[in-house]
Amino acid sequence: MTASGAEARRGIPGRIWAVAGLPIIAILLSMVVGAFVIWGSELLLPDTAFDWLLPVTAYSALIEGSVGSWNAIVSTLTQATPLILAGLSVALGFKAGLFNIGAQGQFLMGALGAVTVGVMMADQPPILAITLATIAGMAFGAFWGFIPGILKAVSGAHEVVTTIMLNYIAISVLAWAVSGPLKVPGSPSPITFDVGNAAYPIVIGDAGHIGILLALLMTVVVWFLLYRTTLGFETRTVGANPDAARYAGMRPRTIIVLTMSLCGLLAGLAGAGVVLGVTHTMTSSFGTTVGFDAIAVALLARSNPFGIIFSGLLFGAMRAGATLMQIDAGIPPELIDVIQATILLFLVAAPVLQRVLRLRGVSGSLGATETITRSYGREAVS
Amino acid sequence: MTIEVDVVQAPALEMRGITKRYPGVVANDAIDLDVKPGEIHALLGENGAGKTTLMNILYGLATPNEGQILLDGAPVTITGPSDAIARGINMVHQHFMLVPVFTVAENILLGDETMANPIFLDRKEASRRIRELGTRFGFEIDPDAKVGSLSVGWQQRVEILKALYRDARILVLDEPTAVLTPQETEEIFEVLRRLAKAGHSILFISHKLYEVLEIADRITVIRRGKVVGERIPSETDEADLAELMVGRSVELTVDRGVSHPGEPVLRISGLGVADDRGNPVVRDVDLEVKAGEILGIAGVAGNGQDELVEAIVGLRKVTSGRIDLSGEDVTAHRPREMNEAGVAYVPADRHRFGLVLPFSLADNMVLTSYYRSPFARGPLRDFDAIDKAAAEGIAKYDVRTPSADVSAGTLSGGNQQKLVVAREFDRPLKLLILDQPTRGLDVGSIEFIHRQAIRMRDEGTAILLVSAELDEVLELSDRIAVMYRGSLVATVDGPTADKNAIGLLMATGGAVRDGRQTPPETGVVA
Repeated sequence: MTASGAEARRGIPGRIWAVAGLPIIAILLSMVVGAFVIWGSELLLPDTAFDWLLPVTAYSALIEGSVGSWNAIVSTLTQATPLILAGLSVALGFKAGLFNIGAQGQFLMGALGAVTVGVMMADQPPILAITLATIAGMAFGAFWGFIPGILKAVSGAHEVVTTIMLNYIAISVLAWAVSGPLKVPGSPSPITFDVGNAAYPIVIGDAGHIGILLALLMTVVVWFLLYRTTLGFETRTVGANPDAARYAGMRPRTIIVLTMSLCGLLAGLAGAGVVLGVTHTMTSSFGTTVGFDAIAVALLARSNPFGIIFSGLLFGAMRAGATLMQIDAGIPPELIDVIQATILLFLVAAPVLQRVLRLRGVSGSLGATETITRSYGREAVS
Repeated sequence: MTIEVDVVQAPALEMRGITKRYPGVVANDAIDLDVKPGEIHALLGENGAGKTTLMNILYGLATPNEGQILLDGAPVTITGPSDAIARGINMVHQHFMLVPVFTVAENILLGDETMANPIFLDRKEASRRIRELGTRFGFEIDPDAKVGSLSVGWQQRVEILKALYRDARILVLDEPTAVLTPQETEEIFEVLRRLAKAGHSILFISHKLYEVLEIADRITVIRRGKVVGERIPSETDEADLAELMVGRSVELTVDRGVSHPGEPVLRISGLGVADDRGNPVVRDVDLEVKAGEILGIAGVAGNGQDELVEAIVGLRKVTSGRIDLSGEDVTAHRPREMNEAGVAYVPADRHRFGLVLPFSLADNMVLTSYYRSPFARGPLRDFDAIDKAAAEGIAKYDVRTPSADVSAGTLSGGNQQKLVVAREFDRPLKLLILDQPTRGLDVGSIEFIHRQAIRMRDEGTAILLVSAELDEVLELSDRIAVMYRGSLVATVDGPTADKNAIGLLMATGGAVRDGRQTPPETGVVA
């Protein structure tokens, strides 16, 4: 602490604080907001005695349910897996200056691809069945990402609009598939056959499927792609300054199509992981909000691939602990949505937070704000 | 004009002992500055000398660590721009803060609306006041004209009017002439002189020596955050000011020597180019640049120069005509093909095209060559080679930076431009295109970049120079072409060119209607 330069005084803790400070503050503040929501809900249901400590009960149940036991930890990992993969999808888009709201649709299409091929391959040797079903999931997802990519490259159609529309189309396609061609004949409700041998092997605890490892592997792959390859350099240049990318002889259109396809591939892999690793069948009500939660995951991690592991685990833990929270404290799992949404609000309001809390040495940039707020007029394609 | 030196009268503005520290730098170090009523006081300094910080403090955008600001002798604390404006301090920014689709009156009212009632603007009253102010200070302006349809010079007058409308007593102009022709500059100076005569205090920020000498009553020079001298124009000259500003003696005019033009390298015939909206902005341009010569294109910004250059380097589609490079048709070449054919391009807007500001210096240094050996091995980047090239470029082109890993956005404008120059100049070239290569740079950086350009020329590179800075074109060019509304209206020999004649061509395209268009003497070419 003897050095006088500002940089020198900032050791490793200082640098971690600079990167993680804002997300941590956002998370803590959101927990506080969540506590007020709990108190408010108590007031609205006056038939029980008002319990000041209910938020504490709820949050300790949340923690116990997510990391309190080996099973809880496995459950957190399982919940985090699709969030990490879809989070990578959104983050990769941000790096290329694209706002991929379509992770949800790509996730659903990936699940559909995986279940389709998985059911077909249910009796084949596991290695073959798993590989082909996973590839099908990635391919379906990639195709669903390719569509907005090519639309943007050819006509300049904004990916926010096209991916949102494709999300709806994906829901409908999925509903049609499970109640039509994929439906178990004679079943009273729309449900597909089991994927059988295409199911992911369990490698951790009772439910920890191999998809968890795939998510970690893809994190490294995405990081390597972005920061070690010329393609990643092109992607980041297009994202940071599309005009400079054209000046440098890169092809922003090609990069956009490629990146959107890769985004779709990652989200599709997330969908494949849920079908092959957890549900093993698909119903018309399949699908959580993974693709949308992924936006929060990516933003909380500032689109940093390794940060996404942490933010994915955090959101996964909240999902995993929500059940116990409901049992112990009687708080519905929707509180998690409230907290998640509040985290996002605090992150987006980072400059306000910095000013109000007089934060010093904390980076306020989300690294994606410009992509989110970029007007429709100034497009990467020209 | 005589300046009454009233000992009793307090300065309109006084900044006393202003010190502003940022982590690792002292941006302002005990700066004293005062402006008397009716005085034009120039603040001269290189980029990064601390001018902007000082102005931000004056405008309430930054809080000084030490020192105080006095208005009419009374200490004040300025809390922000609106507070500054309320106290009569107004700033005219280098980049105009105007809405092009609004009328003059609407722009002036923006932020300080004159209301007829709580709901509607009082346009009539506003127009009346605008006309009155214009008449008083010698420029009549139509309050209902759309700002987008006005020339840059008139847009600047709208900015000044905006300040006057808010009863500005102290007017701060940040590099006001950067975008003007010599004639427009002279006209703005006339406006400023009238303002001063009417008792307004003017703080004129610039790094152009001859301008400061012409317009200022007093000149304060700052260097590295400190006041290094105060001068009266009659008792100093450009060399003295430049030395004060840079801290060493500077050659204001690079000795361009004699050029030895060789074979034609770039040949353009019948070129037509459209802008983003499809309007033709380059019309039927014929041009030839030979190896070992500098062809300068003079013209007011926005007369098609940028589009012409973008068409040559492959960033913009050509609507008609053809472009040949050493006899080969390159009309349809893409930027990378042009780059590989030996064409380098220093773009006018280094923030938009030349650099990726959030990226490191090293990444920017290989922005156009990242994909080739030795910077890439197959699909993988080779960071050892990149770091080595970055370190060499930084050393050779004197880019001042703590390291090659900091982001390009943290550098000063001059160093950013040197970074672009380091990247583009440091390989064998056939054609070098310089579009506004020294815009917004200080004398030291300008001298450096000009020297490098001359060096490239002497090594046999064909150089196409585009600049809105007429002095730059005159100083470097072996031949000068004047561009006006998309056409080349004249081509003259560089060393013997007449500044006023070219200025007139730039402003009118050659169609001189009567004697009024002749500009006043602007002094010798700097």
